[in-house]
Amino acid sequence: MIKVENLTKRYAGVTAINNLNFEVEKGEIVGFLGPNGAGKSTTMRILTSYLPASSGRATIAGFDVFEQSVEARKRLGYLPENTPLYMDMRVNEYLRYRANLKGVPGRKLKQSVGDVLELCSLRDVEHKLIGALSKGYRQRVGLADALVHDPDLLILDEPTIGLDPNQIRQVRELIKNLGGKRTVLISTHILPEVEIMCSRVIVIHKGKIRASDTAENLLKNQRTAGSMRLEAKVGSDNAVADLQRIPGVKDVTEEQDGDYSVFQLRLEANADPSEEVMRLASNRNWAVREITRRRPTLEDVFVELTHSDS
Amino acid sequence: MKIFFTLFSRELKAFFYSPIAYVVLFYFLLLAGVNFWFQIQIVNGYPVELTMVEVIFRDVQFWFPFILSFPLITMRVYSEEYRMGTLETLTTAPVKDFQIILAKFCAVIFFYCVLWAPSFLSFATFQYFTGHTAANAAGAYYATFLLLFLMGLFFCSVGLLASALTQDQIIAATISFSIILLCVFIPFLPMVMNITSPAIRDIFAYFSPTQHMEDFSKGIIDSRPIVWYVSMTALMTFLTLQVFQFRKWKA
Repeated sequence: MIKVENLTKRYAGVTAINNLNFEVEKGEIVGFLGPNGAGKSTTMRILTSYLPASSGRATIAGFDVFEQSVEARKRLGYLPENTPLYMDMRVNEYLRYRANLKGVPGRKLKQSVGDVLELCSLRDVEHKLIGALSKGYRQRVGLADALVHDPDLLILDEPTIGLDPNQIRQVRELIKNLGGKRTVLISTHILPEVEIMCSRVIVIHKGKIRASDTAENLLKNQRTAGSMRLEAKVGSDNAVADLQRIPGVKDVTEEQDGDYSVFQLRLEANADPSEEVMRLASNRNWAVREITRRRPTLEDVFVELTHSDS
Repeated sequence: MKIFFTLFSRELKAFFYSPIAYVVLFYFLLLAGVNFWFQIQIVNGYPVELTMVEVIFRDVQFWFPFILSFPLITMRVYSEEYRMGTLETLTTAPVKDFQIILAKFCAVIFFYCVLWAPSFLSFATFQYFTGHTAANAAGAYYATFLLLFLMGLFFCSVGLLASALTQDQIIAATISFSIILLCVFIPFLPMVMNITSPAIRDIFAYFSPTQHMEDFSKGIIDSRPIVWYVSMTALMTFLTLQVFQFRKWKA
């Protein structure tokens, strides 16, 4: 559905995205992950023909986004960051306008607008001014707009930003239900969201793709094996230095909790130094209150992949 | 064509949903009415050889609100889209840029015509009550309103270009107000600087909106201003399209 080849975008000397290559198959829900300024929005803006690429090419359903831009745009629904809307229009009026603009034929107009009003639970506000709606409703109006012409591809730039937890859940459900029939490319930096919704994750950092795989595989193959937490009374020992000497431990931080010290150990790839830690603690007679090993989460993968120096 | 009408009607709605439209309409009508009444007093009180149409459209009381109206009706057209970010939703819909430019231009011209429509009535009322014609002949009306339309095309396109340049409405209004003011007043330069060379005076007169109005309000339809305004409008609109596509210029 989406094919991106050697895509590069430079703004006045700054390279926003650098030689990007990826593909998205029909029916996939792909999470586009990366820190702020990684190039997510830029990539999406190129895909939606809002910005031209400096070099390389991108196609949507086989149509070049620059050369055959109108054809490509007919096939996609786009929700830009921050959901820009006309505040002076009413919800149903706005959706009718957008449907017309996107070439929904007159006889199907009412049906299409009605469908997305239902789908995005906007029935109760359809006669309200968009300017008078809360952020959550506006977000859903934006989503309804993206969906109104029944596009094959949805490109959503941070669709859950600024929503409350209930609304986030609703939007997630909505997007999840769209999968299969439609292809979805969704950018976010909320990680649990990706694990819940996406069949595949593309991690982008400083304009380059760092990883492209399912969330599961990313967790399996990633290099930091997670972390370990140790709570103990260590007295006057220099416990941080001792712990750091254990093979497999990357770094250690210490916090005080009353008499106890709380250590966070970041571990190296596939290392499990729990035995050494226990041995050290019993040798030194530390009173251990808690020792837990935390399995890596997508957050760790994200931090690992997008750590500036990596 | 359907897309054009969709964009056009959205643009018109944007006018009439915003208070600016009504404020401009109200004050424009008020000023035009006051001007009309004022000129009747003058024509009544002093011996003048000019017709109503001539006195009205040659007075500074006409020019001042006239010039001011363009920045007010054009300033938000592009700036607002930029500022609200709706440019992104608009241009990522399957719509061609020139359709957007054209729809916005036509909507502004439409509004400009709405602005002038009531002043037709002033003349009709005048004729009905006084039994005198307000112009030399019917042709003088047509010529005057034709020129108003032509100047409207040009000055609206200047205002739209200014609006396309910035996301700040005030800056857009300032730019277009200055340019339109210059267009009207620069042709007085030879007079102010006491240049007597007829060639130079002729050249300036050719571009002078006030000179055009003098001719057209007499009923003289000169083809040169028509060509001038239409071609300048085309140029401004072309430049607007280029500026509108600025983000697509390759870095």
